[in-house]
Order: sequence, then C-alpha cells, then structure tokens
Amino acid sequence: MAMSPTPEAIVPDTEPAAKRDVSSWLPTVRDTLLAIALALTVGAFLVIVSDEQVIDAFKDLIAYPGSFLIYAGDIVKYSAEAVWDAYSALVRGAVGSGPALQRTLERSAPLICAGLGVAIAFRAGLFNIGAQGQALVGALAAGYVGFTYDLPAGIHLVAAIAAGLAAGAFWGGLVGWLKATSGAHEVITTIMLNNVARFVVLYFLAKEAFQKHNSDNLITPPPMDSATFPTVGGLHLGIPLAVVAAGAVWWILDRSKLGFELRAVGANPDASRTAGMSTTKVYIMVMAIAGLLSGLAACMTVLGLHQSVTDQVVGSVGFDAITVALLGRATPLGTVLAGLLFGALSAGGLGMQASAGVPPELIQVIQALIVLFVAAPALVRNFGRIKRRRTKKSSVETEGAVA
Amino acid sequence: MRLEIKGLTKRFGSFTANDQIDLVIEPGEIHCLLGENGAGKSTLMNMLYGLLTPTEGEILLDGAPTDFQGPGDALAAGIGMVHQHFMLVPVFTVAENVMLGHEKTRGAGILNREAARKQVRELSERYQLHVDPDALIEDIPVGVQQRVEIIKALAGNAKILILDEPTAVLTPQEIDELMGIMRELKAQGTSIIFITHKLREVKAVGDKITVIRRGKVVGTAPPTASEAELAEMMVGRSVELAVSKENKIGGDAVLRASNITVVDPRGHLVVKDVSFEVRGGEVLGIAGVQGNGQTELIKSLLGLVKPDAGKIELEGKDISRHGPRQSLAEGIGYVPEDRSHDGYVGSFSVRENLVLDLYRTKEFSAGPALKLDAITANAKHRIEEFDIRTETPETPVASLSGGNQQKVVIAREFSRPLKVLIASQPTRGVDVGSIEFIHKRIIRERDQGTAVLIVSTELDEIYALSDRIAVMYDGRIVATVSPDTPREQLGLLMAGATPEVSA
Amino acid sequence: MTDVLTPPAATAPEPSEPQVRDRADVRRQVKLLMVLGIVLLAEIWFKLKIDDPQVSHLFKGPRTLENQPVEFSGTPISWTAVAITVVALLLAALNRYPRRVGGVVLSVLVGLGFYGAFLMWAYADPSGAFAPAITSPIPGTIRIATAIVFGALAGVLCERAGVVNIAIEGQFIAGAFFGSVFSSFAVANIAAIPIFWCPVFGMLGGILAGVGVAALLAFFALRYHVDQVVVGVVLVAFGYGITSFLLGQIPSDQKATLNNPQLLETVEIPVLHKIPYIGEPLFGQNLLVYVMYLSVPLVWVLLFQTRWGLRVRSVGEHPKAADTVGINVNRTRWQAVLLGGVFAGLGGASFTLNTGAFDKEMTAGFGFIALAAVIMGRWHPVGAAFAALLFGFLQNLKDQLGILGDKVPGDLLSALPYLATIIAVAGFIGRVRPPAADGQPYIKSD
Repeated sequence: MAMSPTPEAIVPDTEPAAKRDVSSWLPTVRDTLLAIALALTVGAFLVIVSDEQVIDAFKDLIAYPGSFLIYAGDIVKYSAEAVWDAYSALVRGAVGSGPALQRTLERSAPLICAGLGVAIAFRAGLFNIGAQGQALVGALAAGYVGFTYDLPAGIHLVAAIAAGLAAGAFWGGLVGWLKATSGAHEVITTIMLNNVARFVVLYFLAKEAFQKHNSDNLITPPPMDSATFPTVGGLHLGIPLAVVAAGAVWWILDRSKLGFELRAVGANPDASRTAGMSTTKVYIMVMAIAGLLSGLAACMTVLGLHQSVTDQVVGSVGFDAITVALLGRATPLGTVLAGLLFGALSAGGLGMQASAGVPPELIQVIQALIVLFVAAPALVRNFGRIKRRRTKKSSVETEGAVA
Repeated sequence: MRLEIKGLTKRFGSFTANDQIDLVIEPGEIHCLLGENGAGKSTLMNMLYGLLTPTEGEILLDGAPTDFQGPGDALAAGIGMVHQHFMLVPVFTVAENVMLGHEKTRGAGILNREAARKQVRELSERYQLHVDPDALIEDIPVGVQQRVEIIKALAGNAKILILDEPTAVLTPQEIDELMGIMRELKAQGTSIIFITHKLREVKAVGDKITVIRRGKVVGTAPPTASEAELAEMMVGRSVELAVSKENKIGGDAVLRASNITVVDPRGHLVVKDVSFEVRGGEVLGIAGVQGNGQTELIKSLLGLVKPDAGKIELEGKDISRHGPRQSLAEGIGYVPEDRSHDGYVGSFSVRENLVLDLYRTKEFSAGPALKLDAITANAKHRIEEFDIRTETPETPVASLSGGNQQKVVIAREFSRPLKVLIASQPTRGVDVGSIEFIHKRIIRERDQGTAVLIVSTELDEIYALSDRIAVMYDGRIVATVSPDTPREQLGLLMAGATPEVSA
Repeated sequence: MTDVLTPPAATAPEPSEPQVRDRADVRRQVKLLMVLGIVLLAEIWFKLKIDDPQVSHLFKGPRTLENQPVEFSGTPISWTAVAITVVALLLAALNRYPRRVGGVVLSVLVGLGFYGAFLMWAYADPSGAFAPAITSPIPGTIRIATAIVFGALAGVLCERAGVVNIAIEGQFIAGAFFGSVFSSFAVANIAAIPIFWCPVFGMLGGILAGVGVAALLAFFALRYHVDQVVVGVVLVAFGYGITSFLLGQIPSDQKATLNNPQLLETVEIPVLHKIPYIGEPLFGQNLLVYVMYLSVPLVWVLLFQTRWGLRVRSVGEHPKAADTVGINVNRTRWQAVLLGGVFAGLGGASFTLNTGAFDKEMTAGFGFIALAAVIMGRWHPVGAAFAALLFGFLQNLKDQLGILGDKVPGDLLSALPYLATIIAVAGFIGRVRPPAADGQPYIKSD
C-alpha cells in the first residue's frame, strides 16, 4: 500500500552525519517558527470569538451600528485583553514558576520518549501510529511489577522499567513482524493494535490481581516506593533518561550499522534488499525499539509520577508523540525540542484554564495546527510571502523547478 | 493537418531542455525524431501534447497558433500520443481505457460501454489491430497494450500521432508489425512523429529525419543517409560502437545453474527449467526482449527470489538457498537492471551508496558501529578511480546524471574481489561516454578471470561484450550461440523461433 | 512440505512446462487448514463444555406476557457446526476447497456454524437463576453499523480517487457535534421546521461538518501535497480538540438549545416491516438507516456505472494516464473527497441523532473501524458495507453477551474487530490490493 509517508516527506535533509552546514537548517527553523506563530494566531482567534465580553460588544455593535467606533474599539480592547490573559497564563503555567517548570518537564519527558519512538520508525519508512498502544501495555507491565513484587529498592525499579520496556518492545515488534512477514501495512496494524491494547488492559484491570484491595474499580494500586524513580529537587530521575534516550537514538541513526540499514530500508527497501540487508530484521528491530521507547514513556508516568494504572494512565501520549515527531522532523534533537514545546503547552494549558478560563482543549487544537502548518511549508511561506511582497517585489520562487 | 513548430524553448530553472526548436510535419508523413537518451525529445513532445507549457516559441496547426492548457486541448486539436510508458489503467478493460476522457453515456452520466466496445472493434478491424475490447489491460502482452494506445489515439480522431520510443518493449516481429500499422495509418492520411534512438528503424520507415542533440535541432537527413552519418549527428562525434577485445574461451565453470524454475507472485511460470554455466574469464551474454524471464532469472541467482526448482552452484557449492547477503559475501557482484529501483538509495550520499553492501564488512565497521573515516576515505578513492562526476561525496546520488549513478553502482560492485559478476542492462539510460567506460571495466573484470553474466535487451551491447550468447524467450534459454551469429538469426531466436528452424 | 515435481530434463524437442506448485497456493492451503482446525477445536470444546444443552430464544420482538422465550435443545446446532467444519477441513486437506463464490458460501457457512456453536455454549448452563434468552442480533447490528457503513463509504470514495482518508474519525466527531447543534438549534429556535424534520436538519449539520473536514483534507493533501496519512492523523486530533473546545464554550444555560438534539424517529416501511423475524429489525428503523441502505448501491453505481466513477477510479489507479486524456486529476479528487465528506458527516451525525447530547470523543474510534472496513471490503462499497456490518455484529454480540456475566470476556470480544482487521491485512483472507495510486499526490511538472 502506498500510504506510507516517505522519510523525505518529513525529514528535510537525509544527508548523513558528516558536518552539516548550519545554514541548511535555517529554512527549517524559520518554517517551524512561522508555523507555530500561525497556529497561535488561529488559537488567539478562537479565544477571541469565544470571549463573552467580545461577543457582547459585537452584539452591541450590531444593535447600535451608529456607535460603530465605540463598540469596534471595545471589541479590539476586549480581544486584546482576552488573548493577553490566555497567553500570559499559558506562559506562566509553563515556565512562570518552579512548580510550573517542573510540570513542563514532567510532561515533556514521556512526550520526548514516545516521540523518539515515532521518529526512529519514520526514518525506517514506517509510520508508527501505535505509540499509544505500546505505551499502554508498557504501563500495565511496569505497573504490575511495580505494585506486585516486593524487591529491594534499586532492583525493583530496574525490574519494573525492564518489564515496561519489554512489553512495549513486544507490542511494537509485533507490528514489524507483521509488516515483514506479510506486508501488512503498519498504519493499519498500529491503529488496530492501539485498540486491542486498550481492551487487553481493560481485561487485565478486571482481574483481582490487578485491582486495589477491597475494590472492584478498574484501577491498580500505585507502584511501591521501591519501584519509583528517585527525585532530586522535586524532579524525578526519569527525566534525564529521556535525554539519554535521545542521545542513544542519535547514535543508532548516525553512527551504527543498524542505523545505516534502517535509513536505507526507509528510503529504498528494494535497493536495501538487493544490497543484502534484511528488511525483516530492520522492520522488527526498529519497531521493537520504537515500542521500547514508548514503554519508557509509560515508565515516566507510572514510575515517575507514582500513578496507578488505568486504561487512561498514559493519556494521549501516543498520539501527541506523532505530532512531536513530525514537528521535530524525525530527528533526535528536533524531537527533544518539540517534546519540550508540547510539554510546556500542555502544562501551560492547565494554567490557562485555571486563571483565564480557556478550555485546555485549545492546546490540542494549537498542537494539531502547528503540525499541519509544519507539514505544509509552502502554505506557511505563502503567508510569509504576502508580507514580503509588499516590501520587495523581486523574489522569484524557484522551488520545484527541477523536473 | 500540417504541424509547424517555431522557436520552441523549454527551461527548467537554469537548465534548458529544448532550445529554439523548429520543425515542420507535413500531412501524411512519417517524421522521425532521432536523438540520444536525454537529448530533449520527450520534453518537446510533451509540449506538443499539452503536458508541459513552453517557455518560448509557438506551435502552429495548419497555420493557426495554438495554446494548449492540457492534453485535453491537444487531443481536441487532433494530436494523439502513444507514451513510452503506457498510459493505460491496468485494472480497466481495453474498452474502458479507450473511452476514458471522452465517454459516451446513456444520459444521467451512466456509461455506455456497448458503444465503446463497438468503437474498439471497428478501429481494430479497420487497422488490423486484433484487440479484444473486453480484455483487462494487465492480462494482455505489451505489444497488444501498445495497439490499445494507438486505438485510444485514433478514437480521439488524431490526425497527428506521436509515438514515443514505441519499439523499446517489442520483439523484432512485433516491431515489423508496428511498422506495418504505421504505414497503414499513413496511407489513411495520419501524420506520425516517430521518436527513437534506433537507427535501423528510422531508415526502415521514416520519410524525413530530424536529429536532436542537447535540446537543439542539429540537422535533418533523408532516410537514405547511412547509419554512421546518423550516429555521428546524434552523438556529435564519430562513434566507435564496438569495444576492442579478443573473444576468449573461458576456464572452469564458476557459476552453474541447473533446471532453474521460478514462479512469480501472481502464480505465472516466468523462468522455465533454465540451465547454463558461466566460466571464469568469459562473458556470457543473455539476449532477449524485455519480460522473457531474464529479470527473475538473475534475481534468483543472487537469492532475491528463491527458485521454485533447480540448483545454483558457485564453484561447485550449492547456493540455491542463499539470500543476497550470503551470495554477495561469497563473491557475487550484482548490477541490477533498474538502478534507481534496486541499485542505489537516491536520498543517500555518494559516500554512503559506495558502501551500500559493504558497510557490514570489517573494513567499514567495528561491532555495531560504523567506521565513518574509512567510509569517507573509500568514497574519495572510488570517485577518483571511476571518474564519478559529483560535486562532493555528500551529494545525494539521485541528483547525479544517469551515467554517474550507474558508475556509483559499478564502482561499488567492482571494489571487492569477485568470482562472478552479474550485470543487467549495465548501460541503460547512460550517455555514450559512460557506456564506453563501463564496457571497458566489464571486459577488464573478465580479463582478471571473473565469470561475467550480462543481461541486455540491446543487441549492440550483447555483441560488444559477449564471448557466448544465450537467447531467452518465454522463460527459457532457447539457444546458446557464438557471437559471430548473424543479427537476423539472433532476432528470430529472440522472437521464439526454434534453433532448428533458423539454422 | 514443498511438493515440487521436477520434470524429466527437457531435452525433448517439444518443451514441456515444468510442473511447479505455486508457493502462494501452498500458503493458502496451510492457512486454511490452520484456521479451520482452530475453528473445529473450538466448536468441539464448546460442545464438551455444555452440561445442559437446553437454551431459549426470543426472536419475535421484546419479552411480553404473550411473547415468552421458546426453549430448544442446542445439541443439533452444535453438531451441525462441527459437521460443516469437518467437511470444509477435508476439502482444504485435499486442496479442493472451492474458490470464488463457492468458497465464500462455504466460509460463511463455517462462520455461521461457529456463531451457532458459540451461542449454544454461551447461553447454556446459566450461572444465575434467571436464564437469558437468545435475541435477534439484527437491530443492534444495524444500529451500530450505520455509522461504520457511512464512514466506510467515505473511505471507499476517497481511496478510489487515490486519497488516503485516515480522517474519517475526525469527520465523525465533527459530524456528531454539528449534527447535535443543528438538531438542537432547529428545535429551539426555528419554529418553521416541524419537530420530525429537526433531526434531518441535524443531518444537514453533520454533512456540512463532514464536508468541512474533507475540504481541509483535500486542501492540504491536494493543494499542498502534505502527506495524506499525516494530514489524516492531525485532522483527527484537530477534530477531537475543536469539538471539545466548542463543547466547553457552550454556556450551561444554553445547553438545552445547542446540545439537546431532537432524535430521529422510527419510521416503519409499509409491507416490508411485516416480514416475520427480519422485517421489524430491518425496516422499522429511522430515516438515517434507510439513507444508509440506499447509499451503498448508490455509491456502487456512481463508481462503477457512471462516467464520473470511471474517471475517479482512473485517477486513483493511474493519475498520469487520466491526465493525458484530459481529465483534471486534482479536481476529480476534490470531488470524490468532498462527496465522501457527505457520507462521513452523515455517519457522524448518527452518533448524536440516535442517542442524544454530544459528548467529548464520543465516536470512540469508530472512524478507524470504518477505515478497517474499507480494507476488509477491498475498496468496494458493497464489500465495505458488509465488513462494516460484520464489525457492528461483533460489537453488538459483546453488548448482548454482557448479561451473561464472566463466561465470555467482553473486553477481549471488543478487541475482535481490530484483531480481525489485522488478520485481514496480514493476508489471511487473500491478497488485498488498494488502488495503485492511493496516497500519492499528483504533481504535474510544468
């Protein structure tokens, strides 16, 4: 099926590790910043049209068109206030205080890990929509080890993480295996396995061994203290692990044989096969690594934040991971930056709801728009070009000139 | 209808594909357009057919200037085109393909398939094309598909028919048939623009010949011009088509295939009980028209597909169950038929492509890590040795010219000791300079004692390189002959005549 | 197990075709044997686990004083199922399993037999004092499948034109929201619309929303060549986000006028709904269901019998070929995607117009099931509709068996449609071939 995005579709430059010219990244950075600005603009528009004061002023304007200037002025004023309130609350909620910053980092870490899982699969030409399911089974496994077995402190943590990683890797590897042996398209199998994972988790949550004492609710006990990440200054040590994971993914992609193979297979599976590479091995390995990273994301939540496992425990991290990887152009560094941005938006969204009364779903809209605009650089540049044309009429676009 | 092209120019960015082309096609003539690959013939025709918009110049039909916004306009004006890669929907029937774009309906947009069938039958009878309107395109041979393309054009009342490299996929017999059809069309008043790079065909059927080189018209010639004259106009210098080499009798058999049979994924038998051997220090050329099982045969030799029956031996060792990784490691060099598909990774740099199947050797890796310095040093060395024209080793291979892309593949495969070299269409879509270079390297490899197997659909190449020639037809090797066998006889074998008949 | 017959060396003047058994054929046989073997074992296990084979059914309408469950013995059904499977297994073992129509019929028989054997086991030996009766699966199946069928039709239209539509879920959620808003608004504010027609107004709202999302998909995928899968995934997130956001923006005092839809009423089709057993569940439905019945053949006719359909399919299979005969590829794709939006929007509207007020993420991944139905139905409207019905049937089965307690793990049953899809795309049900240009943007060089 031809519905797989080619890595080139999202990776701007697939040239290898050797010194990259900094200037080659400038257009990418510019397009990304433009996309973010554009998405925030649309978000601001949504804030304005749903602000009651603005709506009232607008009603008055319609009712008394004679006082057009007065009410138009009101509209502008209230709009500016509403947007300022919302976005300043957003910034404060994300980075305005110690706890805010902590929340941002806590939310970024799983996004980065799962985002890396999506990104590395991208580079092998696979669109991994399955981070959600991989994280969910990872959460269940890590949680189960975390609350069931009573082991010494360090060992217990390692065992719980290992269980989470293994479960995620299994769930991801399954996709690679299906792809390699039967050609089953990963977009379909990952979507389906996300749902299967949800029901598998629900199935287990209904079992007594997975429930709190004297409770029939579908929720597990939280992991024991011996199985949770130690904290330093309020931050749990899973967070630096996300950065380590990014470094590991960079090494695999740019410095290892496996990375060479997976990039080759992603760009041209037929030529790779002819060159003696095993696409079977690559598909299984890369999806197992992707699942492992999603499992790590789940560990961040369950073991890092002492969460009980439910079918909602990982939230929508798997889907957000897709947007993080797309925004990060499927590169490790880009994914870390995108993960931090989305973590900040997510944490800030809470602040926005608390102090400005703007629903946190606005963040979801903005995130979707950012990725949409990032994926359509030509559209974003069109916006940029309108402005440029006013000042300079000379710039001639030569994109796509090579036939 | 008289077609006149005046000062037609097409630029892509800074690249000029067509430069001030002038051309006149008189009604009822067969006008040949001769030129090398990449000379700009197809660009010119795509402008004529409305697929590309000219940068400058104009196209006049019976003296009136045209302004084609798309192929629809060209069709309406009476220009039909048979593309090199057929523009047929494989899962549609012949009739559906012919009606597409100007469908007759029974009102309310409901298709009138019966009318389309009738039209196909009528045209098929009138021009002796023998096409079944209800056959699915994917089920009929390429020769018939091409006739469907011609019917498509005629159904649109084409007065001028463009045939873009129509003979590349045909057997000599089918080429003769096509020429008959062209003469028939001409007799009924249709003008034909016949694009090709094959001199023989031009001389056989053309009324007038225009030669194009590097986007410019370099001259016209009557069909009585000699092949050497035409070749010189086409290439721009006198061409030595033959590689100077001595024919040799090889040593011991290095590669031996016995009773190879391959079934393709659709369940068709594509290689039928093929046996042959290649000796050290000889070139065995496999001649045949595209699609007679050569592709699957060499894929099975490397292990890309497993033969369903038979045995492959390398120096007496059974490698039938080997995959490509083992076969490459055993000393088989492999130049695939379609380099962009199987030969290189387009978005990878020259540097990376030069180790595409070597990165896992000790030379270029240690444990799980790559030795980047060694890979870079290798690239510098190979680029020099094989004269690969690239700006830097970091340039993606996709942006090189066809000849240099092929040199990347050749350089990689030749950069390790080989027992067997398998090369399929080693010079397809490659400029003349690179052809000479690649041919010389292949012969040098042979002289070092390597067993060489060449698959080519170009008889010139087969004659230039082979010490023995095996002819494949319909999945079988129908004969193995010496390279002094006359061309006509080889042509008959390629068309499936049994050796007894042709002898 | 490769039973390859090597012919004698072909030295004879008449070349004989080597006899090689196609490996794909062998694989097909092995898969059949495996599947049928598992089915047979399960059926025997079901039978052996039954102590008391007496079960009861209630196929004629709801339980009333006059309409009491009818008791019968499940044993013949269990054994019939086993017998059918044994026959199929034998045919497969001899490699005589019928192909084409015969194969489909036999497979359906095996499936029905398995369903029967499973039901006999599930309903036998009730654990509580109260014995539940087997009821007709049709009404629930239709109710659940309606949205899936609409979504699948949208998917078929888009993908036949070469545009991958992962965004069906996004179209659903938007359609559900605006279906509710339009229906509610019509009831509360537009006196000119009679109550019966208010939900129809809601359907219009659903259509507008579905077409709106479709337009976004087409805009980014066709105008800006953004990867279609990426656009689809993002549009789902966008759809969830924007509907949740808008829902949060409805002031609580206006919930009644903006999110309190008038539901569709049941309309009995004269004569047809009187057919015993199947009449009432099939033809005592609401307007949306009847629209669904008509939409399937409509899409089939459109795609396979009209000029427009021929062009749509050509654009999805070989856009360049279509271009060379003067068909505007992107315009045709726009049309197909927007028309798909109409159906997806109707599917979305069915969520609120059948059940009531809009709630966040209420479409619960049904859009993805619709996508699965497109593939299971091999990109054919009728096939996709049947696949959608199968998913509706499985979902309904889980709901029906819920009353049986722990005997059947409901969560695992819920996972069945998804597992079935994985099995389908993994090729166990034969090769699926999407339109050749599915997902590829058509970029004209200039």
